[in-house]
Amino acid sequence: MEELPVSSHEGNSVVELADVTFGYTATPVVSDISLSIDPSEYVAIVGPNGSGKSTLMKLALGLLRPDSGAARLFGEPSHAFDDGARLGYVAQHASAATEMPITVREVVKMGRFPHVGFGRLGAEDWQIVDEALETVGMADFADRAVTRLSGGQRQRAFIARALAGEADLLVLDEPTVGVDAESVEAFYDLLAALNASGITVLLIEHDLGAVTDHADRVVCLNREVYFDGPTAEFVESDALARAFGTAGTIVGET
Amino acid sequence: MSNPVTGPLQTGVLDAVLAPLYFLLEFWTLGMDLLFRLTGLELLQYQFMHRAILVGLCIGVMAPLIGTFLVHRQLALIGDALAHTAFAGVAIGLFVNGVFELGVSPYLSAVVVAVIAALSIELISEVTDAYNDVSMAIVLSTGFALGSTLISLNAGGLAVGIDQYLFGNLSTVSAENAAILLVLFGLVVATVAITRNQLLYVTFDETAAAVSGLPVNWYNRLMVMLTALVVVGAMQIMGVILVAAMLVVPVAGAAQVARSFGESLLVSVVLAELAVLLGIGLSYYGEATAGGVIVLVAVAIYIACVALGKLLMARDDGSTPETGGIEAGDAEPTAD
Repeated sequence: MEELPVSSHEGNSVVELADVTFGYTATPVVSDISLSIDPSEYVAIVGPNGSGKSTLMKLALGLLRPDSGAARLFGEPSHAFDDGARLGYVAQHASAATEMPITVREVVKMGRFPHVGFGRLGAEDWQIVDEALETVGMADFADRAVTRLSGGQRQRAFIARALAGEADLLVLDEPTVGVDAESVEAFYDLLAALNASGITVLLIEHDLGAVTDHADRVVCLNREVYFDGPTAEFVESDALARAFGTAGTIVGET
Repeated sequence: MSNPVTGPLQTGVLDAVLAPLYFLLEFWTLGMDLLFRLTGLELLQYQFMHRAILVGLCIGVMAPLIGTFLVHRQLALIGDALAHTAFAGVAIGLFVNGVFELGVSPYLSAVVVAVIAALSIELISEVTDAYNDVSMAIVLSTGFALGSTLISLNAGGLAVGIDQYLFGNLSTVSAENAAILLVLFGLVVATVAITRNQLLYVTFDETAAAVSGLPVNWYNRLMVMLTALVVVGAMQIMGVILVAAMLVVPVAGAAQVARSFGESLLVSVVLAELAVLLGIGLSYYGEATAGGVIVLVAVAIYIACVALGKLLMARDDGSTPETGGIEAGDAEPTAD
């Protein structure tokens, strides 16, 4: 892959949101969000259900366009950004077709599509696919139909797909839902290792324990940003209680 | 076809495009004659059967090819909706021919109308953010209503010929129609061959496909347009009412027995070919309508696949591999 994001005109933030407001209806789901994520950061977005976490992610990725404000990816307007090879994405409960006959390897292969375009996967591409399968411990499942996997195994396959894409930015929307506890721990270790190797990680997570254990920076969201800063400060602050609207000791409990 | 009033322009262009295909058809007929002499199969002695078999073979490839992408997006019924609008296209073609005394093949007007309808369905779904039954049902009935109204308007000679479009007919596959089908076949197969990666990604996981930089809406539009082409192509044998079955039934059968996507594509084509050839054979000897027989054979094959799928499932269940650990240390991503 090419070197790190070249500084284009807007500085070299990986993700940049400036005064972003968006609503599916007249009521905004997120309002006035400003946020900038630099290369190699490990950022977690937390917030109660319906706080606009997933919406914010979609805005950052250009799947939605802000009603006002601007969203940029690698210095380009998000909606116009089309170098998919730089993005890895793991959805919550994978939105993917569930009845389709398709093997784990065929799913992971898709991670290479942004690299090969209309062409065929070369030997090197297949090697990367196999390595990604190996990394998430799914090598023995490579030829198994995705329909016959457990929730956790499916999620691993999707993580492998994101890895196979060799992205600069990994965006994960509650990636460990349905994954067994033991694998969750290993999964966060994997994310940490990827982050250490220079990949920017943007994690949307409901499990606050996981966030405070792993992320370097926390963004606490409930329609607007309640907190944005280092994880240690977040734990000290009352942002969570304010965002969740409860007298919360949630961090302590989890 | 050989309408004396036909303008020089349209026949000129069309014939220039189709000329090499007529040549191909001659070759096909020679081959079929040879096969007839070798096997002595009675149905192979007629030239219209040669063309019908060729058309059937093409349908057996392109219908499940497109159908695989449709079925796994829960779009099985779009074929039906488009077939009914294609029927309106046929009626418009016949109507225009009747009024202006032109010689345009009704299949060409069907292609145009079906593609427009396909794009309308897609655009409606983009605006409303969902493919919905209601808009599909509206398009379907509008197409059929328009078709039947136009036909009743100039009932003279037209109503007689309309059966072949509704139910399909082996014996009316003219050389021109067979050549048009070959063009559609080439377009559909070539497009799918080129965009197979993108179509697979969009079909399996639209959001991830969008994130990976694919213009998802354009691929959806492409997909529905290809569906329109397949529907019109398959209409001459299958008929408007049954054409959607070829998009869906072999694919559903293949999904029962195939494990991988590649396998399911291959199996669905094999099943469709089987249904087409058996169906044409049975309908010839049983003197029944080919479209109906083909679909009945396809459904029988589907039921066999369901049973086979259950058997395979039961046999496989013993062997579950272990998930390995997630290797955090081994992660070596963008380091090259």
